[in-house]
Amino acid sequence: MAVSHKIVLHFPPAATDQPVIYRLSRDYGLVFNILRASITPEEEGLMVLELSGEEDDYRRATDYLKEMGIRLQPLVQDIRKNDDRCTDCGACVGVCPTDALVLERPTMKVLFNPEECVVCGECVPTCPVRAMELTF
Amino acid sequence: MLNGTNFCTTVAPDGAEEVEMPKTLEEINEKIRTGKVVVVTAEEMVGVVAEKGAKGAAQAIDVVTTGTFGPMCSSGMMMNVGHSRPRIKLGGGAVTLNKVPAYAGLAAVDIYLGVTAVPDDDPRNAVFPGEFRYGGGHVIEDLVAGKRVLLEASTYGTDCYPRRELATWLTLQEVNEAYLFNPRNAYQNYNVAVNSSDKTIYTYMGTLRPRLGSANYCSAGQLSPLMNDPNYRTIGIGTRIFLGGGVGYVVWNGTQHSPGAKRNERGVPTGGAGTLAVLGDLKQMSDRWLKGASFRGYGCTLVVGLGVPIPVLDEETAAQTGVSDADIQAPVVDYATAYPERRPDVIQHVTYAELKSGTINVKGKPIEATPLSSYPRAVEIAETLKQWITGGKFELTSAVAPLPRADSGLVMGPMANHPPDLDARSA
Repeated sequence: MAVSHKIVLHFPPAATDQPVIYRLSRDYGLVFNILRASITPEEEGLMVLELSGEEDDYRRATDYLKEMGIRLQPLVQDIRKNDDRCTDCGACVGVCPTDALVLERPTMKVLFNPEECVVCGECVPTCPVRAMELTF
Repeated sequence: MLNGTNFCTTVAPDGAEEVEMPKTLEEINEKIRTGKVVVVTAEEMVGVVAEKGAKGAAQAIDVVTTGTFGPMCSSGMMMNVGHSRPRIKLGGGAVTLNKVPAYAGLAAVDIYLGVTAVPDDDPRNAVFPGEFRYGGGHVIEDLVAGKRVLLEASTYGTDCYPRRELATWLTLQEVNEAYLFNPRNAYQNYNVAVNSSDKTIYTYMGTLRPRLGSANYCSAGQLSPLMNDPNYRTIGIGTRIFLGGGVGYVVWNGTQHSPGAKRNERGVPTGGAGTLAVLGDLKQMSDRWLKGASFRGYGCTLVVGLGVPIPVLDEETAAQTGVSDADIQAPVVDYATAYPERRPDVIQHVTYAELKSGTINVKGKPIEATPLSSYPRAVEIAETLKQWITGGKFELTSAVAPLPRADSGLVMGPMANHPPDLDARSA
């Protein structure tokens, strides 16, 4: 049976120089569509992609990714900003890889643009007062 | 008022001639009582001084309010929990509040809870970077939010204090005293943290991306209390302040107070310098202004709201409170090498105006600069203090003793290094 999933891949530094996506295609016959990527050699990387293929191939491919130390996260989650807890400090802005979390100037208030969010989840443990919440 | 030479110029009754008149703190308080006081925030004062000059601003403005809202690890709560029946001697025993250990080396039922304390079973950094979900700062936030917390204690029995075990829920209103006593708050300026290494690091200055990938700073800049009174002319022991949403006092210089630090041509330190020890009744405070915080990979702390009013007694105070973000420099420090190794290296200085623009240039590379201290909340604190003063609810106090100033020669020093000679100890 053919399946299609949108997932977030978190690459450890050691895996960023591996031809991971090439192998997904060659070894597992998956069709990939990269939605967003931020990968630099020897740094933690992040990629949001849509993978399509046979269910068995997809399962073997995700096993391979896990073996590579790559953390997988389904893109069915949602990030929410709890305005009751947010203090507008700005700590989240520095770790957000997209423009989903930005400071409005000159007020210096934190703005959250959900349409820019790739749900990488970095802001969740970074927010000192835990105002960024992962919902399912 | 402070040194007998604080004069400001007022217009004589005939309007034709200006005469020198002292403006005292008591006169300002009389204006507060009669609703005539003129108060601006330190942010607004920048424009007032730019427009009227220091002399004109000193005439027009009576009080400048400041504010800061940032993580302040050297904070904690002193609490007297009352006596149980039969009595228990917590002093010398072990005490936790919501599983977070409190210090009990005091009299029978006095305890001190520090904001960085974490439960004994917290995994800390065993799985790096640790989350540090709940600690002393969170207990304090829960208490001021009106939530009950679990006090658990075990100790030894005595003839007068026979009980050895205790578990009871407590609320803030039920304890005898609970006051915030923060040994070091309101740092006068602070580092800008960067990371030159090849991996992400997790620090008390937040998460720092590798290869100078981010720069984190933590000061309200032009709104920060000690930036507006750089030589501690009005802020001293006994100064009444906004603390955690209630009223508090400066009770001493803060730990690591270092007035002898380097200063720019305005007298504003170009790195960490003065600090305040503050105290205030926790029962008046609110969870809007005391927030438990978790720094990934580092630990727990408390975000504290603090604001200090500065009486504009003379032209010099007016000029100093007119300080703007462009006038204040902060040192850029590498938290991958220089900071942990306690080397004094500063990569360069940048101004708060540059930091607030969102990008600074370090070694020719543009870096995203992000704050850890909430500027919008600092503005709100200064505005709240302004309303308290104009509403006649808050009068200013004069310091009963000054904080050590630059001429004291006081400079923060490193730890002594005298490793014990284990053989000699037994001799």
